Amino acid sequence: MCQVDEEYNVHLENKVTPSVSKKCVKCKENTAVLIIRAGDAFCSCCFKEYFIHKFRAMLGKNRVIFPGEKVLLAVSGGPASSSMLSQVQEGLSRDAPKKLRFVPGIIYVDEGGVSGQSMEERKRAVSQLESVFRATDYPYYIVQLEQVFSLPSSVLDVGSSATKNPQNGSSYKAAVDQFIQTSQNQHPDLSVKNALSQLSSLSMHEAQTGGSSPIPPGQTEALQRLFASVRTLTAKQDLLQTLRHHLILHTARTERYSKVMMGDSCSRLAVKLLSNISLGRGASLAADTGFSDSRYGDVVIVRPMRDYSSKEIAYYNRMFDIASVFIPSLDTKAQDKASIQRLTESFVTKLQTDFPSTVSTIYRTSEKLHTACPPQNTNTQTSDKCLLCTCTLDTKTEFSAFQATLISEQLSQRRGPGANVRQGQCCSAEGHCGSGENGCCPSAKVPGPLDLKSMLCYSCRLTIKDMTAVDTLPQYIVSEAEQRNRRSQMREEISEFLLEEEEDEAQSF
Amino acid sequence: MVPLLCLWLVTLNEKTASLPVPMRNSASDDNINMAAPVALHLEFGGGAELLFDGVKEHHVTLPDQLDPWDMKQLLVWIKENLLKERPELFVQGDTVRPGILVLINDADWELMGELQYELQDKDNIVFISTLHGG
Ligand SMILES: [Zn+2]
Ligand SMILES: [Zn+2]
Repeated sequence: MCQVDEEYNVHLENKVTPSVSKKCVKCKENTAVLIIRAGDAFCSCCFKEYFIHKFRAMLGKNRVIFPGEKVLLAVSGGPASSSMLSQVQEGLSRDAPKKLRFVPGIIYVDEGGVSGQSMEERKRAVSQLESVFRATDYPYYIVQLEQVFSLPSSVLDVGSSATKNPQNGSSYKAAVDQFIQTSQNQHPDLSVKNALSQLSSLSMHEAQTGGSSPIPPGQTEALQRLFASVRTLTAKQDLLQTLRHHLILHTARTERYSKVMMGDSCSRLAVKLLSNISLGRGASLAADTGFSDSRYGDVVIVRPMRDYSSKEIAYYNRMFDIASVFIPSLDTKAQDKASIQRLTESFVTKLQTDFPSTVSTIYRTSEKLHTACPPQNTNTQTSDKCLLCTCTLDTKTEFSAFQATLISEQLSQRRGPGANVRQGQCCSAEGHCGSGENGCCPSAKVPGPLDLKSMLCYSCRLTIKDMTAVDTLPQYIVSEAEQRNRRSQMREEISEFLLEEEEDEAQSF
Repeated sequence: MVPLLCLWLVTLNEKTASLPVPMRNSASDDNINMAAPVALHLEFGGGAELLFDGVKEHHVTLPDQLDPWDMKQLLVWIKENLLKERPELFVQGDTVRPGILVLINDADWELMGELQYELQDKDNIVFISTLHGG
């Protein structure tokens, strides 16, 4: 990556004057057709080579995908993920040394239920995508967002990380060697082919049961109620992303995929990085924007497109005829100031037009964050993870901005000294909670807003705070919250019998 | 020059991975474009088409004028004649909204002089939105 930069920096030039045909900086023969980064002009041939090389280099450098591993490609139909799909196809069709050796599958989450698309529009989009997916011969899963209402609460558990493949260089190499040997003993790549054919038969089945199955009555309405109860577009976009991740994670687990590839481009990640800071997601910034994200333990998210700008992707798709399907989303036709994410995007793209290195500078920052921070600890208990986004809870640190906000909130509300009781002890005392005066327990079963809050990270609290009613949340979230609540109550009840070091934790509940 | 253009027009609909047309020799153009009508093929993608009633491809002919048409004037013309809603999502100031890519005959408009590019008859101009949600 860096070497490539240095190689081309020599040719930095100002914007060309009209009608002077510029030569490609790489082959120096063909006429350039596009300028990428800070003024490098490429012909289409060299651009293709550069684009393909970058994908393999990204996977090669990070070495997290093992040969024979099942990898689920999250394809939204948008340019970046469609381009990612084409790169995987390209890489798998190569000859021996340069060939990618994992076993891909595709997932598409149909979000038409929240972006106001009619059933016909959704069906049309799905059939367009299906024809793209079928052409790849990979198994694919079409999941409607409505299916969040039938998710099990186990989705929110942190799986035990699959450490059968230790994540270091030498063992990676050993795994590759072993893979090559076993596949040579058979017919070359027979194992992958077998796996692929098994999978594609599976996908036919899946497409019939999961994909084309009608949405249970009332679920689209429930989904619309859920999003209608969210006041701001900012929180809607955040909630949508959370639900989408849960569906992808669930599919990956049930279909035994250990990696999920997301098509975030570097332009996208730069926007995500800045908007996440504004959204109060600073604590999980490295995991949210880095190359790999292991917060879910058993399923690791990787972002192989993070070296490409959206311009490169758009040009590649157009030049080499990569089909992408435009599907309206929540922020389609929205104004710049409609949400924090939208505003950040317009800020970054505006800056990028005047200072072409804006995106790469922000993106480099995320790269540094990723390497400087240890990967999110997958051994921590589920109760230490945010109920919604599964990041490590940042709300338990004593001297965070969050605590400061909390204190000032308490002060400004001017509650009596008893107000703090509301957080924990009140409900834990054998169910007698004087609901008469304070109403601290709105109902015995459904956790009140505060109970839910204590299980959320700072940012997800803000999202939930923007909801008028939390009872519209899908059942799996509510029941997992109840379960965690019971567990923490129990821990509190027995807290005096626990060892000293546990006390600290019990108090913070 | 002319047969080359025709060839390009034929391949246009097939959208093959063909190389873009090399740039024109400006000297020979000077004597033909005077007062001749400029017919263009405009294309909108990546969600930008939503601002044009969802129509991706437009064949338009620009009215005659004394000076040759340039991109800057084309944007004004599009805004006044084609754009159906929310002009601020397509043009900002006198150029396109940041995040919308422009291709002139399949080449980056940054290589073609951007707003100063002088339009030729049968040019193919593409606008692709790279913004999230179009
Ligand atoms: Zn070249
Ligand atoms: Zn969270």
